[in-house]
Amino acid sequence: MNEIGDTRAAREEKLQGIGCRRKRIEDIRFTQGKGNYVDDLKLPGMLFGDFHRSPYAHARIRRIDTTKARALAGVVAVLTATDLKPLKLDWMPTLAGDVQAVLAGEKVLFQGQEIAFVVATDRYLAADAADLVEVEYEELPPLVDPFRSMAPDAPILREDIKDTTEGAHGKRRHPNHIFTWEVGDREATEQAFRAAEVSVKQLISYQRVHPSPLETCQAVASFDKIEGELTVWGTFQAPHVVRTVGAILSGIPEHKIHIIAPDIGGGFGNKVGVYPGYVCAIVASIVTGKPVKWVEDRIENLTATAFARDYHMTAEIAATRAGKVTGLRVHVLADHGAFDACADPSKWPAGFFNIVTGSYDFPVAHVTVDGVYTSKAPGGVAYRCSFRVTEAAYCIERAMDILAHKLRLDPAEIRMRNFIRREQFPYHSALGWEYDSGDYHTAMKKALEAVGYQALRTEQREKQEQFRRRETRELMGIGVSFFTEIVGAGPSKNCDILGIAMFDSAEIRVHPTGAIIARMGTKSQGQGHETTYAQIIASELGIPADNVMVEEGNTDTAPYGLGTYGSRSTPTAAAATAAACRKIRAKAQMIAAHLLEVHHDDVEFDIDGFRVKGMPERSKSMKEVAWAAYNAVPPGLEPGLEAVSYYDPPNMTYPFGAYLCVMDIDVDTGVAKVRRFYALDDCGTRINPMIIEGQVHGGLTEAFAIAMGQEIAYDEMGNLKGPSFMDFFLPTAVETPHWETDYTVTPSPHHPIGAKGVGESPNVGGVPAFSNAVNDAFAFLGATHIQMPHDPWRVWKAAEALGLQK
Amino acid sequence: MIPAAFTYHRPRTVPDALALLGAHPEEARAIAGGHSLIPMMKLRLATPGHLVDLGAIAALKGIREEGGAWVLGATTTQAELIAHAGLARVLPILRETALQIADPQVRARGTVGGNVANGDPGNDMPAVMLCLDAVLEVAGRGGARTIRARAFYRGAFATALAAGEIVTAIRIPAPPAKAGAAYVKLKRKTGDYATAAAAAMLSLEGGRIARCAIALTNVAPMALLAEAAAAGLIGAVPGAAAFAAAAAAAEAIADPAADGHGPADYRRRMAGVMVRRALAAAAERAGG
Amino acid sequence: MAKTAISLTVNGEKVEALVEPRTLLIHFLREQLSLTGAHIGCETSHCGACTVDMDGQSVKSCTVFAVQADGADLRTIEGLAAPDGTLHALQNAFREWHGLQCGFCTPGMIMRAWRLLQENPHPSEAEIRFGIAGNLCRCTGYQNIVHAISAAAATLAGASKEAAE
Repeated sequence: MNEIGDTRAAREEKLQGIGCRRKRIEDIRFTQGKGNYVDDLKLPGMLFGDFHRSPYAHARIRRIDTTKARALAGVVAVLTATDLKPLKLDWMPTLAGDVQAVLAGEKVLFQGQEIAFVVATDRYLAADAADLVEVEYEELPPLVDPFRSMAPDAPILREDIKDTTEGAHGKRRHPNHIFTWEVGDREATEQAFRAAEVSVKQLISYQRVHPSPLETCQAVASFDKIEGELTVWGTFQAPHVVRTVGAILSGIPEHKIHIIAPDIGGGFGNKVGVYPGYVCAIVASIVTGKPVKWVEDRIENLTATAFARDYHMTAEIAATRAGKVTGLRVHVLADHGAFDACADPSKWPAGFFNIVTGSYDFPVAHVTVDGVYTSKAPGGVAYRCSFRVTEAAYCIERAMDILAHKLRLDPAEIRMRNFIRREQFPYHSALGWEYDSGDYHTAMKKALEAVGYQALRTEQREKQEQFRRRETRELMGIGVSFFTEIVGAGPSKNCDILGIAMFDSAEIRVHPTGAIIARMGTKSQGQGHETTYAQIIASELGIPADNVMVEEGNTDTAPYGLGTYGSRSTPTAAAATAAACRKIRAKAQMIAAHLLEVHHDDVEFDIDGFRVKGMPERSKSMKEVAWAAYNAVPPGLEPGLEAVSYYDPPNMTYPFGAYLCVMDIDVDTGVAKVRRFYALDDCGTRINPMIIEGQVHGGLTEAFAIAMGQEIAYDEMGNLKGPSFMDFFLPTAVETPHWETDYTVTPSPHHPIGAKGVGESPNVGGVPAFSNAVNDAFAFLGATHIQMPHDPWRVWKAAEALGLQK
Repeated sequence: MIPAAFTYHRPRTVPDALALLGAHPEEARAIAGGHSLIPMMKLRLATPGHLVDLGAIAALKGIREEGGAWVLGATTTQAELIAHAGLARVLPILRETALQIADPQVRARGTVGGNVANGDPGNDMPAVMLCLDAVLEVAGRGGARTIRARAFYRGAFATALAAGEIVTAIRIPAPPAKAGAAYVKLKRKTGDYATAAAAAMLSLEGGRIARCAIALTNVAPMALLAEAAAAGLIGAVPGAAAFAAAAAAAEAIADPAADGHGPADYRRRMAGVMVRRALAAAAERAGG
Repeated sequence: MAKTAISLTVNGEKVEALVEPRTLLIHFLREQLSLTGAHIGCETSHCGACTVDMDGQSVKSCTVFAVQADGADLRTIEGLAAPDGTLHALQNAFREWHGLQCGFCTPGMIMRAWRLLQENPHPSEAEIRFGIAGNLCRCTGYQNIVHAISAAAATLAGASKEAAE
């Protein structure tokens, strides 16, 4: 069954299975410029669509005149809300139970809102025509500050639902109120605060940011009138959901809709939702009978395509004087913009924000979240995050530092005193989650030792003395962050999207030569699924990963799945992959036993085939078994070697990690320089360490950008400030620090291979590490909390408030 | 992000370029590297009917030494400037500045003349030219003339160039003996305009500052020559106290707008910090 | 709008075409020549996804008009491998060092690195970071890209040393 003389190690190495730093299959095409992204697609007769958008944040539309646009040579159609209305497509449902205007007909509710969709023979003419659409507005007062949303005199934004007091998630108290979401024990928490020896309270804001994948959102829609079939190629992180929603919206039968997500140039949550551009491209194709391409530009992407965060969190911790936490209370004011288009599981209007107790053993906790409308773009997507987990982690990690500061305890020490202990897992949190596994103390100790934490604190104290003596204008900050993520949405008992349980799937077929075709319901946007799923299959089936072709993204061929976001691919589809492999292996074992002429209980799987127990020289390789599956199956067994698994995870997974950041801050300019960043991640079983490290590097870089400068900011008129990469902070290689990675391994007890997922951990844990470092630098002077982003002017202003800029 | 239509011209000589610009006085724009103009055209904030590309005019290219001064052809790219060893020896501040402009690809196309001439207060070269007392050579249909950089800038995108005129070269006098110069820029990231930046040049005699010039980038509608700040340093011993006084004088003339780089008071203070740092570097290079 | 005739060399082959003056070089390459390797990421000349080599320099093809490339010698990612299909050391190194994830910035990044290594065959880490600062990557955090370029430089130096011997 194997090369004579091959050692077990050599046989395993040949498989390139779980744990190996396998080079990526995807890279072969990407490094040669042969990726297949949406905008690379050319179809005969293809038309181009472009939007005319609102310059105002809040205005009534008096008149839309498309005459000049229609008159331009090359223009084929111009769609407005009036054209969509008869098709009932002028509004579309959002994932959060709200509705969103596809094209604004009566009112515009944010700057950049879509008003008309112009279709022309090329993209240059479409841009010309979009400029020719004339709109007459009556300006209305914008509502920019979410804290003013529910004021009695606040302008009413959503006239379509102004009299509706019952929203998708319960009572609405004001026309600009969306929902109140409450979880935990209010009474017991109040009691804990009454009894508390000490408590802290702080408004912690996590500013509005934007995922900004390098490829913007785009689609090509092609409607075949004769067959009544619609094909859409698009930047979809969840193609099956798009198909189902498309069928419900359009009335086209689901089997006549073909959704294809080709290579995607980064997603980070930006490509989960359905945007007006997709809908308009589809309608335009139906109307014109031609394929229609829509590609948003970067300004449109930053202006109108889903933002992330914008959470204003008031956190309170009750504790003993010894620094043991006794209660947590958080109220969140959530700015959702003009429509509630959050991409959360349907019953979770604030996502999994109730992971906010973090890594700590809070006996009681209580959380309320109020979602409100403002005159801003809709969104609230999980930007490299599992549904508001980044907000929650930032909130608790900042609040723990604030508590430490009040108690004059070291930030690392206060965490050690409050960690959930290893023996407490599975751990039931005060806000209702069951943490699957963890060993926080071990991870934290390893991290502290790795960076020489005590020596750093000594150096910091010396620096502070020099600063006080005016010998230096530089301060040193040490940021400690210990995060617990909740990913892998999710178990059907918790999670659905529009009623569809959030399982995921794998369909695997072993061909006679031992080649494998595997398809999953997820969709890679750079995570390397083609490489890593094959590694799981290799280890599970004993066929080299190079013999496995992984395919995703085509709804005609892929099994139904909910897509890739929220670090869910490993906890769900990878589990389905392992489960499907095990079904195949069970059948293969029957065939192997038949070939070996023994009872199937007498054979066992061993690396790359089956052997008779106790007689390792009697064996059949998986490759031999595959061949036999098509011509020599035992009586009563169907031929073929194929399995499908739809995996409904029994629980979420809870990756965790310890991050430490050392920063030097130039007080004169406010420039903060990261001297060192150490990231220890525990994502359970490590499928491909190379890819894990790459994910951590990338996530940390995003976290760095968010903490140190990224902001989607509006002026008082609701105009987006700086909507291009000129101003929006995306660091280059020059600004980006060097990253150190490390790990511990605490497998998930319920996942078939023990893996937990890692893609989002560095963003979740990274932001508080950077922010805590900035705060830590000034804490010795009495600063308790400095709001993000920590761009130079804000850091400088924080120092000024401490009297350091005289 | 698609520009409006235009007619494209690629003249080979300066007179041809001037004739084209003159023939379409309202509609024509000259383009050199295009890294300011093309983005504006893509945003349709600029919609020239005629684009006169100066890129093929050999007379506008090149770096040469002439009578003790250095002459930079207007379409010399930042990359060419950076690569010029002779220039880097005599006027290293030019290379230092160019390296802080945008990124490698933009420097490969972006020209010194464009950076100096288009009047964008965010451009870095104007302050350096003010500091070095450069002279701009200008050609128009009425003939050629020279304009001191110190008389060139009038406001945001407003310069002393008359309609139809172009900058053809920049003449930079050789620095005095025992002089040092520096350009220090605070920015948020690569490709950003300055939060504030300062160019400083000084020469030393007997351990005291004999000559000095200071100029500021992006803290007013145009680059500013900080005359009082520099004048206050003449005769002073270089050091923190003297430089702090100069910084304060520079801050007094700064008039920055609040923008993504920060509020006005912060940017004004940063002008001072940049002046201090530029002076310290210049003094060190001058041998002080 | 009247079209202008241009003639240029792309990846070693002569190309003659008619373009509208306002046609951006990136659109000319992607749509008229079907060279879809270079991408559009930001359109304001910040991201560098559209980077190609023009007359011995890296340029952002979203900020150059195709008419300006008349007479130019262009190279794109599609023209980087040897005619026999052998990949360039940079292409191998990016894969070997996991210097890419979604792949969208990769063609521009590799083309910039290709020119960088001709400008400076032995760059330090800081020089590589400075040299690729006109190219944004949203996935990798650059660290592995820097490794890849460094490794490719070593490979190319080894190869040229071998050739000299």
